[in-house]
Amino acid sequence: MKPKIAFFDFASCEGCQLQIANLEESVIDVVGLVDIVAFREVMKEASDDYDIAIVEGSIARPIDVERLKKIRENASILIAFGTCAHLGGIQRLSNQWTPQENKEEVYGRHEGAEHTGDDNPFFEQPRHRALDEVVDVDYVIPGCPVNREEVGKVLVAILTGKKPPIPDYPVCVECKKKENVCMFEIGKFCMGPLARAGCGAPCPTAGNECEGCRGFVSDPHVKAHTEVLAKYGLTADDIMRRKNMFTYRYIEKSKGGE
Amino acid sequence: MADVNIFVEHLTRVEGHGNIVLNAKDGTVEKVQWQVSEAPRFFESFARGRTHYEMAHVTCRICGICSIGHTEASLKATEAAMGIQLSDQSELLRRLIKAAENLQSHVLHVGYLIAPDLLGVGSVFPLIETHPDAVLKIVKLHRLANEMSDLFAGRTTHPTNMVPGGFTSIPSEKQIKELRQQLVDAVPTFNDVAEIVLANAGALPDFTRETEFIAVTRDDEYAIYDGMIGSTDGGKWPVDQYLSVTNEFVVPYSTAKFTKHNRESYMVGALARFNLNYDLLSPLAKEWAGKFGLAPVCHNPFMNSVAQLIECFNDVETSLAWIDQVLENYDGKNICADYEVKAGRGVSAVDVPRGILFHDYTYNDKGICTKANCIIPTNQNHNNINQDFKAFAPTIIDMPEKDIELLLEMLVRAYDPCISCSCHYLDVTWKR
Repeated sequence: MKPKIAFFDFASCEGCQLQIANLEESVIDVVGLVDIVAFREVMKEASDDYDIAIVEGSIARPIDVERLKKIRENASILIAFGTCAHLGGIQRLSNQWTPQENKEEVYGRHEGAEHTGDDNPFFEQPRHRALDEVVDVDYVIPGCPVNREEVGKVLVAILTGKKPPIPDYPVCVECKKKENVCMFEIGKFCMGPLARAGCGAPCPTAGNECEGCRGFVSDPHVKAHTEVLAKYGLTADDIMRRKNMFTYRYIEKSKGGE
Repeated sequence: MADVNIFVEHLTRVEGHGNIVLNAKDGTVEKVQWQVSEAPRFFESFARGRTHYEMAHVTCRICGICSIGHTEASLKATEAAMGIQLSDQSELLRRLIKAAENLQSHVLHVGYLIAPDLLGVGSVFPLIETHPDAVLKIVKLHRLANEMSDLFAGRTTHPTNMVPGGFTSIPSEKQIKELRQQLVDAVPTFNDVAEIVLANAGALPDFTRETEFIAVTRDDEYAIYDGMIGSTDGGKWPVDQYLSVTNEFVVPYSTAKFTKHNRESYMVGALARFNLNYDLLSPLAKEWAGKFGLAPVCHNPFMNSVAQLIECFNDVETSLAWIDQVLENYDGKNICADYEVKAGRGVSAVDVPRGILFHDYTYNDKGICTKANCIIPTNQNHNNINQDFKAFAPTIIDMPEKDIELLLEMLVRAYDPCISCSCHYLDVTWKR
């Protein structure tokens, strides 16, 4: 019997699910190998009977927690799909302010806003979190967006009972293989020395700095990156803190917020 | 007459989370509403403190489908704030990237999300079995549009090479020539797909409610990347006057910020651009408009999907002309203008696949964003969808509940809503 797969989304741009459509002709092969039983973005039918749940988005409100827990109960395998699910996404940066401060900044500046939304369950106390801060997560496919080639490889590994091939070395490794000029050499600030690879270093390859959207490597080669960074007058702490577009989770953690 | 109670939670085949509610008693519609339940992400709040260089990379994450449009709107706002001038080549490349996104998004919407309604199935998946030839053609066009974005923007979702002042890398002449040939070769496939849609266009409801259409407009080209704000009710405004066009307001039964201009609501998107800028469409696009019998000003929102298809032809033909201009004076070295970081405010408008998009940033003298405002197309369409619901629901209320539900779903889908885009701004409550 073909494994049943369901896609779900929480707070996100849905760009990672779009990468499934961006598999183009290969989607047709995927549909031959698995049964896609729920995928709200592209299909009307939906079923609660699935083996694998692929979940995009960060978890913000009590109603989201509730929905995620139900998905966890139904699925034997739950995959965090993309940076929002893996780390809480770029929107985790909003956790720097209180929910009330965020709401006032975005909604409160308009004339006549007598309806504050305080009684609205869709608006209750949003704090953006990763999936594994709410339920157990079996696998993570990182990236903003996910790398569609990697998605295929990881799914095949999971379906055949193998360990998903997510690298745990820095983006610098992939960037060097592509023979790019080092971003530090042209005066840019790059997270490559500590950011997790697997993306193929698309940003430095396009002449732009790595933003660490896949999070940090779990066991950094401290001596190697310390030497590299020292050459440019930087430390690992600079990389950890200065850019933080996608890595605010680590900063919250170091503050003891997690 | 029967009572009808419909609640569609989390409408499918749209981007983001929205609900449809309809309550009718004795054949009279008492309430019909389009609600948005997406989790807010507060982009305008956490944009504060980000640098001018990061802003496009931050705000493109508002939307996975139109991340290119957000990137361009963001860069244009930053460039306006700091007085940065782009080279002619960079301007052309930005237009090509915008056209690529339009193509990708329109093919996805018409081919994957609308076609199932026209053919009476729940998704594109069963069509792989029943209409393999059509599906493969749609996939081919979708891949081409993505390859075009990948080539010019570095990556189709969340582009990698676009920065204030221009680019960090651009494709080679050889790559651009190859892409040009691919576009030429794809025209027959576009024709084939359009024929299939035309053959099934009878499934689009014949519903008309007069409204105002707002889009970017120019005298010299079918505007998508740049121009003034224009209305089918007459009038043109510079983009920095956008607040006088969007006029956000709060309705008593909800906290949603709706928009309106000349009438009770207005519509943005492909149909708005078509209605406003028809004269400047490319020859093949006009030819297809004729075949579909679509002429400005069309007030049937279901025809938005047809307008998207017509725009695909325009995107291909204008892209060929822009590519020729790029190749004529190709410069692989000077791809980014130097600029001085300074304080200021900048406003931009780009007509993204779903309609006119505004970004408005204020920077301090260190180039750090201190204030951001983004007004999203879908946000501007919510009010028009609700007004359409009120006019459309009574005309179909005697149908079986299943059919009413499908038609209301089709109406929302016609707008190609991008709800997670708009939700960072929307906050809807309603009475049960």
